[in-house]
Amino acid sequence: MTQALDEIKIGGMGASRRRVEDNRFIRGKGNYIDDVVLPGMLHMEILRSPVAHARIRSIDISKAYDIPGVRLVLTGEMMAARNLAWMPTLSYDTQAVLATDKVRFQGQEVACVIADDPYIAKDGCDAIVVDYEQLPVVVNPTQSMAPDAPLIRDDKTNQKDNVAFDWEVGDKDGTDSAFEKADLVSKMQLHYPRSHPSPLECCGSIADFNRSTSKLTVYMTSQAPHIVRAAVSMVAEIPEHMIRIISPDLGGGFGNKVPIYPGYVMSILASILTERPVKWIEDRTGNLISTGFGRDVYLEGELALRKDGKILGVRMNTTSDHGAFFADAQPSKFKIGLMHSAFACYDIPVAHLSARGVYTNKAPGGVAYRCSFRVTEAMFFQERMVQAAADDLGMDQAEFRRMNFVKDDDFPHRTPYGFLTDSGQYAKCLDVGLEAIGYDQFLIDQKEARKEGRLLGIGISAMTEPLGAGNSREYDILGIKMFDSAELRVHMSGKAILRTGAMNQGQGHLTTWAQIVAHELGMPADDITVEEGDTDTAPFGMGTYASRSTPVAGAAVAMVSRKIKAKARKLAAHLLEVSEEDVEWELGRFYVRSSPDRGATIQECAMAAYSNMPDGLEPGLEANAYYDPPNLTWPFGCYISTVEVDPATGVWDVLRVVAVDDCGVRINPMIVEGQIMGGLTEAYAMASMQFITFDAEGNCVGSNFMDYLIPSAWETPGYELHEVVTPCPHHPIGAKGIGECATVGGPAAFVNAVMDALKGTGVRNIDMPMLPDRVFEALTEKHDVSGAPPVRTDG
Amino acid sequence: MYPSRFRYEAPSTIEEALELLHDGGGEAKVLAGGQSLIPLIKLRFASPELVVDINRLQGLSYHHADPDGSIHVGALCRHADLERSVLLASNQPTMAEAAPLIADPIVRTRGTLVGSLCHADPQGDWAAVVTALGGHVVAQGRDGQRTIPVSEFVSGPFQTVLGFDEIVVEAVIPAPKGTPAGGYLKLERRIGDFATAGAAVALELSGDVVLRAGIALTGVGGSTINASAASDALTGNALTSGAIAEAADLAAEAAKPKTDHRGSAEYKRHLVRTFVERILTRVTETEEKAA
Amino acid sequence: MTSLNEEIGAAPAEGVPVRRVSINVNGEKRTADVEPRLLLAHLLRQGLKLTGTHTGCDTTNCGACTVLFDGQPVKSCTMLAAQADGHDVTTVEGMATASELHPIQEGFKEEHGLQCGFCTPGMMLAAKALLDENPDPTEDEVRWALSGNLCRCTGYQNIVKSVMWAAKKMQAETPADGN
Repeated sequence: MTQALDEIKIGGMGASRRRVEDNRFIRGKGNYIDDVVLPGMLHMEILRSPVAHARIRSIDISKAYDIPGVRLVLTGEMMAARNLAWMPTLSYDTQAVLATDKVRFQGQEVACVIADDPYIAKDGCDAIVVDYEQLPVVVNPTQSMAPDAPLIRDDKTNQKDNVAFDWEVGDKDGTDSAFEKADLVSKMQLHYPRSHPSPLECCGSIADFNRSTSKLTVYMTSQAPHIVRAAVSMVAEIPEHMIRIISPDLGGGFGNKVPIYPGYVMSILASILTERPVKWIEDRTGNLISTGFGRDVYLEGELALRKDGKILGVRMNTTSDHGAFFADAQPSKFKIGLMHSAFACYDIPVAHLSARGVYTNKAPGGVAYRCSFRVTEAMFFQERMVQAAADDLGMDQAEFRRMNFVKDDDFPHRTPYGFLTDSGQYAKCLDVGLEAIGYDQFLIDQKEARKEGRLLGIGISAMTEPLGAGNSREYDILGIKMFDSAELRVHMSGKAILRTGAMNQGQGHLTTWAQIVAHELGMPADDITVEEGDTDTAPFGMGTYASRSTPVAGAAVAMVSRKIKAKARKLAAHLLEVSEEDVEWELGRFYVRSSPDRGATIQECAMAAYSNMPDGLEPGLEANAYYDPPNLTWPFGCYISTVEVDPATGVWDVLRVVAVDDCGVRINPMIVEGQIMGGLTEAYAMASMQFITFDAEGNCVGSNFMDYLIPSAWETPGYELHEVVTPCPHHPIGAKGIGECATVGGPAAFVNAVMDALKGTGVRNIDMPMLPDRVFEALTEKHDVSGAPPVRTDG
Repeated sequence: MYPSRFRYEAPSTIEEALELLHDGGGEAKVLAGGQSLIPLIKLRFASPELVVDINRLQGLSYHHADPDGSIHVGALCRHADLERSVLLASNQPTMAEAAPLIADPIVRTRGTLVGSLCHADPQGDWAAVVTALGGHVVAQGRDGQRTIPVSEFVSGPFQTVLGFDEIVVEAVIPAPKGTPAGGYLKLERRIGDFATAGAAVALELSGDVVLRAGIALTGVGGSTINASAASDALTGNALTSGAIAEAADLAAEAAKPKTDHRGSAEYKRHLVRTFVERILTRVTETEEKAA
Repeated sequence: MTSLNEEIGAAPAEGVPVRRVSINVNGEKRTADVEPRLLLAHLLRQGLKLTGTHTGCDTTNCGACTVLFDGQPVKSCTMLAAQADGHDVTTVEGMATASELHPIQEGFKEEHGLQCGFCTPGMMLAAKALLDENPDPTEDEVRWALSGNLCRCTGYQNIVKSVMWAAKKMQAETPADGN
């Protein structure tokens, strides 16, 4: 007679369990970095360069010290005296903490003031006088690679130009050969503009060096506290066990809170020098103008096509603009991240990618903003190229994709650039999407509307993307492998505490990890406390970004639960006085196979671990697990959007958005849908209004919310969500991750829709964001519209 | 994010306020809604020595129509009051269409129409609306009041002819001779964005004849553009499609836009033409429906 | 007895103007000595330790700092603390009673209207101002009323659902005859 618990009732997998995080957030009792107050705390503000490229002739800080309440002023010279003016980046480059010789981008950190309150600190910054000798400015790769371009990284010996790297992958000869055989070659050139994660909470830190214990505690907005601890140890030369990094509640991350920023380092030194806690909270301008942006990649892409529509080969040539320092946070072997995951869902035999990275006079970064390590770029380029190819062939957009998809029974599949995908139902996703949007009817309506001069458009974007970086053979960051961890301690009452090496920024880990434990052990999710973010207590992990947590940390949670269950089984056998082979499991309870009424709940096993152990078994019921994923996971999706373009103004409105996502088994459907809608909104934002650009002098346009446009509830469309479920074959609970899928696949759906509305004008591309003036220009001048910097201005 | 230091006074009478401004010698700023002033102070683009908060002055929150039909908007009447206004919804279509488009709903609970006129941002919406309506402001100094037509009030970007010791106490829309018609259209990339271009059209009709017309433009010049050639062309005539097209062209010609990150000068001029045409066409369609 | 439990801040430097303000915050009279330049958001967060109100931008766009000022939603980063003297301010901490959450707070949890939670206090107060004036809004009216509050996580759809959930609950709880 089964006494198995109802998994949904106990908040196991599949339950739309309401979030435990909400309890404090809805009461305004979150604990974000700026909420943390330490006794004696001082405040730090940063002075930033107003110019994009200049030698620093002199810095006069004397008047800052005249202001009552100013305690300390730091300049590059003072940092250099302690070997802290430069720090290593996660991409084997170096980055300035405080400028010494030159400033290399507008907004670069030049000095900082530590004072009794941030108002006085800002007064102090205003009192500092800096003499700049301006230099020529470079704002795009063409300028950067020109023969007479100014050398930006003259700090690096052996750097003769502005090239950061050259990299390639794929089969060049095979690809060339495929192109020679092609009936048609379809070309696409475009720019994926610089965007910025811009979480609503800016970055910040509170550094507290305790002189009596020599321990450094840093509260920090970090998505990867253990990586930070390792890096701080290296840079500040403080041993790792004397460093504690605490990530409090994070008001969003989206990759912006992965890098180690100069402000953190300054606050640490300031705390050491002042012997007081030092708080640095950046303002929005600092966040947008200097912290890790995403994208800014130029594509020249070609598809080799057979006349029946089969894609024979892919060529991609990318140029990425990294700003003044190569500071991408990505698996170290891949200079352009996982750009070569492009075309993974299509059955294409051969491909080649060449990638060049360049320096410019802009903030450093490139890998951020829900990108899965440049997979946003890869899949945008892919679907824009696919759209153009279908048009060039005169084929229907859906049919062209369908005929080229990898078939359901064709797995494991080697993608054109060499990844191994394990499962997929790409055509099914497409079918569900086409049905939901009413594809055939829309094409009819579109034709009718055209007769009245109305421009309707439909755009499809399909993709599978690599998540869960990554297995230790291929993936590491600065040599550290990308596993993750979970530690589970079950108390004698049968309640538990779980800690992981992940670090949520709104994904709901404190709710969902407990659901995995509930699934594995039958303990009600409400009985499990989840903690993340404190390096003193959490097991080592590589943090949360690139949608890696469900695939890696979530797997670790499942594995640690299974270790607990294995021990609990022994305890159950002991309690039930049978041998282990006679013990069966149903959710929440072990029972004797031959006598099912005799059982021991998991809670009873827990108590036994403290009070009634069998001989030879260690007391207690705790375990940890480190999970090295065997492979990436491959969620996939199909996003379809319909739009109407106003030909008189270039304004376009979204009519409908349909999203079909397969992220494998869904732990918490409500949270999964929330992630998808958030991602779709970022996709819509980038497609319609949101980007950072520069004028010819290197002034940043988009360094505040008046210019960096984030859609509100009014502009943002509604979404219709559908699901397909193909469990991940290698993940312990069959989940794949979902956090970034819609940001990866979404933008092309909007761009393809607008381009479809403009079909017949001969326009091949309008760079994102497709602002009304760009759409209008395309419609009336009938040429492609580029959005690359510098911004056009009068005179 | 953190203003530099200043002194602050919150007088309870207008006389006190005017004394404070006078003594401030031009280094004081008036604080009404604060939705333009305080952002400037926070970014330290403005560093007044003294801020004179007039929110405690009584009797300035009104907006009403006088028996003669003129509309009076007090200095402390908020954008939100105008957005909700039954008076404007039924009597003043140009103002009624503009009010919801100012900034965003939260800013609208504090910001004021009069404050917006005094701030004189070239991308301010109310300046175009009140200019098109031929309105004026009433400025009060220690010696009394004077009337300044809005079309003469702004002297440059963020500059007005207001003396440093004067306060505008109300804006007035003159009594219409005919039936008010018109509207305000602007292109903003999202709510709260400044206008890429905006056009205010204010007509007074008698039958299908335009007794008076005013057209003013936002965001396409160093300050609000009074497209007087366009409005002159409409005055005294019927609103035919030819007249509409001509007015729209003249309005576009009057615009002096700059190419920038919001678009090319040609695009902004085109928007002006499109908006003026749309508003005027809509007026004729409404007239036809009413007929 | 004062000056025992309250932190004694550093005395302001000579010549710094300071004024005493009295603000009714969440139904309780709070008194503080403030510099004129102190923003209301900072008085609430640092002075009164009500950290539920957040700051997210420099240009009065994001609305994370939204509080109710005499019942109307205002961006507290764009108001001087001194302006609030003698007025009523409601922050997120004032939404719930001692025993019950406000239906809007319940709605946000029920309909997954928050992820990172940073925009949530401002969003909920803007929603409260809407429902106080318009108890039965359409979805469009909700989106319009919240268009001054930015969110990066949710995509707004669940926020709208949360507000509609709260509206429904509040209407069900309102006695029909208004007693």
